[in-house]
Amino acid sequence: MHDISYAPATGALAWTWALIALPALGAAVLLLAGRRADKWGHWLGTATIGAAFALALALFASLAGLDDKSAHLDLFTIISVGDLQIDASLLFDPLSAVFCLLITGVGFLIHVYAIGYMAHDAGRRKFFAYFNLFAAAMLVLVLGGNYFMTFIGWEGVGLASYLLIAFWQLKPSAATAGKKAFLTNRVADVGFLLAMFVMIGALGSVDFATVFNGAESLSTGTSLALGLLLLAAACGKSGQFPFQTWLPDAMEGPTPVSALIHAATMVTAGVYLIARSNVIFSLNADVQTVVVVVGALTLLFGAIVGCAKDDIKRVLAWSTVSQIGYMFLAVGLGGGAFALGIIHLLAHGFFKAGLFLGSGSVMHAMNDQTDIRRFGGLWRVMPWTYATFAAGWLAIIGLFPFSGYFTKDPIIASAFAREGWQGWVVGGAALLGAALTAFYMTRLFVLTFHGPRRWTEDVHPHESPAIMTGPLVLLGLGSLAAGGLMASPVTTWLTPVFGEHHEAHGHLTHMQVTIATTAVVVLGAALGWFLFRGGTEEVPRAASWPVRFARADLGGEVVNRGVFERPSRLVAGATVSMDGRVVDGAVNGLSAAIGGTSRRLLQLQTGFVRSYALSILSGAVIVVAALMVVVVQ
Amino acid sequence: MNEAQQAGLQIDWAGLAPMIIVFAAAFGGLLVEAAVPRARRLVVQTALAVAALLAALVAVILNRGKASAAFSIEGTDLGSVVLDGPGLFLQGTIAVLSVIAVLLLAERRTTRGGDFVAEAAVVADSAADRSQQREDGATEIFPLTLFAVVGMMMFVVAGDLLTMFVALEMFSLPLYLLCGLAKRRRLISQEAALKYFLLGAFASAFYVYGMAMLYGFAGTVDLAGINQAGVSSGQPRLLLYIGVAMLAVAMLFKAAAVPFHMWTPDVYTGAPTPVTALMAACVKVAAFGGLLRVFNVGLESSAWDWHMILTIIAIATMLGGAIFAVTQRNIKRLLAYSSIANAGYLLIGIITLGDAVGSTMFYLAAYGFTAIAAFAVVSLVRDGDEEATHLSRWAGLGKKSPGTAAVFTVLMLALAGLPFTSGFTAKFGLFADALGAGEVGLVIVGVVSSAILAFPYLRVVVLLWLNEPAPDAPTVNLPSPMAGSVVAVGVAATLVLGVAPGFLLDIVDQASTFLNT
Repeated sequence: MHDISYAPATGALAWTWALIALPALGAAVLLLAGRRADKWGHWLGTATIGAAFALALALFASLAGLDDKSAHLDLFTIISVGDLQIDASLLFDPLSAVFCLLITGVGFLIHVYAIGYMAHDAGRRKFFAYFNLFAAAMLVLVLGGNYFMTFIGWEGVGLASYLLIAFWQLKPSAATAGKKAFLTNRVADVGFLLAMFVMIGALGSVDFATVFNGAESLSTGTSLALGLLLLAAACGKSGQFPFQTWLPDAMEGPTPVSALIHAATMVTAGVYLIARSNVIFSLNADVQTVVVVVGALTLLFGAIVGCAKDDIKRVLAWSTVSQIGYMFLAVGLGGGAFALGIIHLLAHGFFKAGLFLGSGSVMHAMNDQTDIRRFGGLWRVMPWTYATFAAGWLAIIGLFPFSGYFTKDPIIASAFAREGWQGWVVGGAALLGAALTAFYMTRLFVLTFHGPRRWTEDVHPHESPAIMTGPLVLLGLGSLAAGGLMASPVTTWLTPVFGEHHEAHGHLTHMQVTIATTAVVVLGAALGWFLFRGGTEEVPRAASWPVRFARADLGGEVVNRGVFERPSRLVAGATVSMDGRVVDGAVNGLSAAIGGTSRRLLQLQTGFVRSYALSILSGAVIVVAALMVVVVQ
Repeated sequence: MNEAQQAGLQIDWAGLAPMIIVFAAAFGGLLVEAAVPRARRLVVQTALAVAALLAALVAVILNRGKASAAFSIEGTDLGSVVLDGPGLFLQGTIAVLSVIAVLLLAERRTTRGGDFVAEAAVVADSAADRSQQREDGATEIFPLTLFAVVGMMMFVVAGDLLTMFVALEMFSLPLYLLCGLAKRRRLISQEAALKYFLLGAFASAFYVYGMAMLYGFAGTVDLAGINQAGVSSGQPRLLLYIGVAMLAVAMLFKAAAVPFHMWTPDVYTGAPTPVTALMAACVKVAAFGGLLRVFNVGLESSAWDWHMILTIIAIATMLGGAIFAVTQRNIKRLLAYSSIANAGYLLIGIITLGDAVGSTMFYLAAYGFTAIAAFAVVSLVRDGDEEATHLSRWAGLGKKSPGTAAVFTVLMLALAGLPFTSGFTAKFGLFADALGAGEVGLVIVGVVSSAILAFPYLRVVVLLWLNEPAPDAPTVNLPSPMAGSVVAVGVAATLVLGVAPGFLLDIVDQASTFLNT
């Protein structure tokens, strides 16, 4: 393997820091200006992200003109202790470039949409401040030139995510969801911290270049530990098994948040981390297998639960869990599939953002209801939302010639290409996932927009204003076309990061996989169409155990309660009683003793000069006596 | 003095300049009292005192790097005044801290006419006394303070016991007076002054007796000579031991070490608060400066003899100060006991000798700023005209005066030694040096004592923020720029020395070597 090195940033690329500074500045101004900024705050927030998008485009163009396709920028030193030096450094390379474009581009559209969506919310300025804060943190995450910087961004998006999920903090469910997301992420973040400690311990650095170049010298155990720790962190942020439970609850936040953070960008941070660390993951086949298993398991998990949910946003959330499972599967397969994972991520960014914003538009029309059992027949009332949602639907289920076809099919093909029985199992899971995706997305689509109207009495649906439909249209177009347009050029573009892409050959040819996928997708979609075109019950009724199990998130919550909550409560209870009786008892006893001593000794402080003088005299006698004792000895 | 000596006597005038400037200003202050109309005396006296002290500070800075005796005859140094790193650093510290203290003395806005009585001779609580409550305080306090400051500056550079004694009396006498000049609660103030005077005189007697013994032992009062004699003198060592013991008693009295501390809470409480601030900051620097020099230069060779008893006293002081502080209900008494406990920590620096000179000096500077600011805040919180010193009156101050409460919180945390304050860096440096010199036991006691002492400090913080204020809670009187800048400088120094202590650590590092050791 050749050495990895990053060229110093020159020319326009020396301005990479401004990408982060723009939204960070926006957040700072909006938070510090307070109510004074209420009138124009949302425009400023949108403008900074728009400017960042323009800058990202310019930087992208400059990077494309470079031979070595990387720009490394050292800003200042954060930590310098002994041999360990950690700089605030940025890295702009093909991988971070596509992420920057996704974050700022899709982010800009969602900002615009949010101007309309949050128009009647008293906290709109605060919302845009947090949105900007999120964008800045996410950009730090993908632009960081070492793991430490990535970690800063990692924690930053965790914070922004918490603030935004719990944005309507007076709603107990929102506050709880924010806390849940934060805590789950914190648990997984320990993996990131430990991974950095392992790097510092084994390689003495957290710089990408140093770590990647030194990775080959690591023992198998170390590289296994490193890979698994990074995977744990990635699973937490991306809502992958076993950390998936926080992501659907995160839908308590305003819908633009779900679109930007919990669909298009932040939850893909885990994929970014694995892709960025491809050198480490490629070293150890066991780690790769674990990633593949996590991906396959999660994509099925998400798809199955997605079939059983009746809440429009939760279906989309589980679908996100499932789609990120595909990405994990891809990056776990390694080699050329790394690029496939990233392409699927980009395409997903478009269509999932579009779907979420579409669901927001629907909720807007339906008095913030989210139950798809009470929708139906909306296509006539909301033509723009309908059309763009349809584009997203076509893209996610992956029919030719729409996005998903170009991005998901190759992943399934690569999964089949894995050697031995694993190829069949993993490929089969991916194929089954595609069928399920087609089924539950069709169910969602049909129940929302077609069939009889099952509205509650007080709703009067209407199309959303232009400031909301505009971004929808752009995202809809992106959903349809992005996959086809990006698949080949992006693979080439990412070559400097992942190496040459080779067509995977395995159990099935690409053509066979395509035919099989198209067949199951059509089958799933058709099933969904026929089952639900006539509408559905307006309230869920008793169902067989698999459905009940799926409605209960496949037992995720039960496991959490049994494995984490109950033992934690026991330990906490024991600690409290230990603290109350033993520790407090000792402390209180000690303080009572000290206080008593203090009061008794203070009786010596009589206020009489004669007793003070006596004290000095006796002190002097003691001093002389003590010196004599030394002499006698 | 014969002619030959006269011809050969060389005087380092530049080296003496800081003391001469302050001394001259003190006399100038006396003339001001006679010549300047009463209404303008305050401004003139304050300006004179501040200018003199700043000039002295500049002169000290110009002397930096010196390591020589101020007087010499034909190349032979006379040990009476020694200009060396520690001496100059401590002189500079005293100059800076006393500038701040002078500003506090000049405060007139928080209470009408200031904290000082106009005519100290009027019988307390008489009709005449009540009528002078409205008058402006006496401005003689400024020359008195300057005389005390000269004494302190001389004390830290005195190279023989006799000069040291003169300096000791020189800074003690004006302080006795200043303690009795409070305008309110005059009887307590006068009682404090009398107590301080009587016990101070008692301690001075110990000093003179100890000096006589040491002269008998060494045949000289020069510190370096005494050190030499500790190795080579043929006189009975009994003389040395009694001498060391008596000398230590007198100096530990000034430093307020247990069991010579009993005067401290009474005097700190009774004295006008600006004078208490002066004592807590400057006298502490002077007393420990003298101790540092006596033990490092004069008694280093007999360290083995006094090590045990000084260790016992340090432990008693650290634990005593902390334990006494726990049950205090009066903020000035609490700070007094805190000052006693801090004397205990500083004694660790004395016992550690040469290795801890730098960190001891850093501690003195850091503690001086914090203490002066703390007393300045105490002087702002008032029930009407009188200071609200009882802690129960401070409950809920954070609700009414968050700024003042926040400042006092920072100071309390600094005294408790929390990180990001000078209290932490100072304690850390001192304890680290002591550990390096093998004083494990003392450091453990120091840490335990700090933990005990954190309780009363934090209780004040809790009181400030978490308790409901009483309906007739005291007001925080808006300070004039005088007291305001005292608080600001003190808090700023406390934080800067906590966050970026590097520059001062460098200075004390370079200035930590005594001449003649």
